[in-house]
Amino acid sequence: MERYSRHIALNEVGQKGQDKLSNAKVLVVGAGGLGCPALQYLAAAGIGTLGIIDGDVVEESNLQRQVLYGTSSLGTDKAFAAKDRLEDLNPTISIHAFNEKLSNSNAIRLFKAYDIIVDGTDNFETRYLINDAALITNRPVVYGAIYKFEGQLSVFNYKNGPSYRCLFAEPPKNGDIPNCSEIGVLGVLPAIIGSMQANEVLKIILGFEGVLSGKLYCYNAKTSAVHIMSIQKNEHLITQIKSKALQEGEAIHCDMAIEEISVKDALQKEEAVFIDVRNSGEKPVLKLDNYQQISLSEISNNLHKVNPHSDIIVLCQSGIRSKKAVRLLEQNRFKNCYSLTGGAPALSAALKNKKNDERI
Amino acid sequence: MELNIKYFGILAELTGCNEEQLSFSSGKVSDVLDVILKKYPPLKNKDFQIAQNKKLIGIETAVDGTEIALLPPFSGG
Repeated sequence: MERYSRHIALNEVGQKGQDKLSNAKVLVVGAGGLGCPALQYLAAAGIGTLGIIDGDVVEESNLQRQVLYGTSSLGTDKAFAAKDRLEDLNPTISIHAFNEKLSNSNAIRLFKAYDIIVDGTDNFETRYLINDAALITNRPVVYGAIYKFEGQLSVFNYKNGPSYRCLFAEPPKNGDIPNCSEIGVLGVLPAIIGSMQANEVLKIILGFEGVLSGKLYCYNAKTSAVHIMSIQKNEHLITQIKSKALQEGEAIHCDMAIEEISVKDALQKEEAVFIDVRNSGEKPVLKLDNYQQISLSEISNNLHKVNPHSDIIVLCQSGIRSKKAVRLLEQNRFKNCYSLTGGAPALSAALKNKKNDERI
Repeated sequence: MELNIKYFGILAELTGCNEEQLSFSSGKVSDVLDVILKKYPPLKNKDFQIAQNKKLIGIETAVDGTEIALLPPFSGG
């Protein structure tokens, strides 16, 4: 085919390699800064089946780097807008658009339908979900992530290699690292990293040596510095995730977004218990019904004290410990757990106001 | 010995440099980390992994290299 003549001309690809590309199925999670360039080059390269999952719509601020979209796509669903543009680029491949967020209810099913997963997401929750679902379904993940002028690239779960958790075992404890929408990003950076992700996908499919497995490639767009770090596999962690999934019938129990609740909504719940995971003595001191104080460090030894049949509102001072506690409770199969937005200070203020209102 | 410490992402912003030299006698990576955290207290609240001579390692590893890199996770896409 004329379309792929420049690929076929390469000894390392040839018709045989091109056939491998057209038999491949690749899922790109996130059609944003990283996903757009990855999708463009994968579609152009003739990946036979290309999946796109993204639940967002195209916004004007995206156009500075997400060049798959144009002004005419503003306000439209990214997954469908990307599909339209890519079908024009290459009508000979089949493209599936999923206008939804990757979640623990669709990840396993979706991953099973593809050979390779490209991580182009913009948040830690989805990154850990991708990692764990890929471990369970035994799919390699081509990982890319960016921060302002810097990018990270790697291939995880490739031929029994290390996973993302071997690099960063748990999501950041100390609050989220801000993402591009909050702090800005040099537009061309995701294009560089996303194109490199497409390159790793092609290397995997074509069977090239030197796939970036067990290595973290770090690039700085400002200084042009490149560092490649080697990652050791953490067998113990990987076995843990896989066996957990087996026990729970593939219901992935990984780091899903923690559900948060406002003070107003929390106070309206009739059968809720408030669990304060601050250490005793921390201020403000709270006085309300259905209140328990169990500090974060004590909670795993005191699970029997928590009523599993009520809504569980967890609070701390700023929201970091309460989220950790919610995760811990959920890991122990407690349901209906929420982290209280604004924590103890917000709750204390609301209770004071309520008291004043009652006096009036 | 002279160690070359490299900072990535938000850590480079907090320290104000991409890399610097640090004199260190001997000990574990955690000892180097103590020195760094004392010099840059804001780093205490940050998550990062450490690589010695381009190999990711635990903090209990003995310092036997010349380069220590502090790598935070990135979430952006």
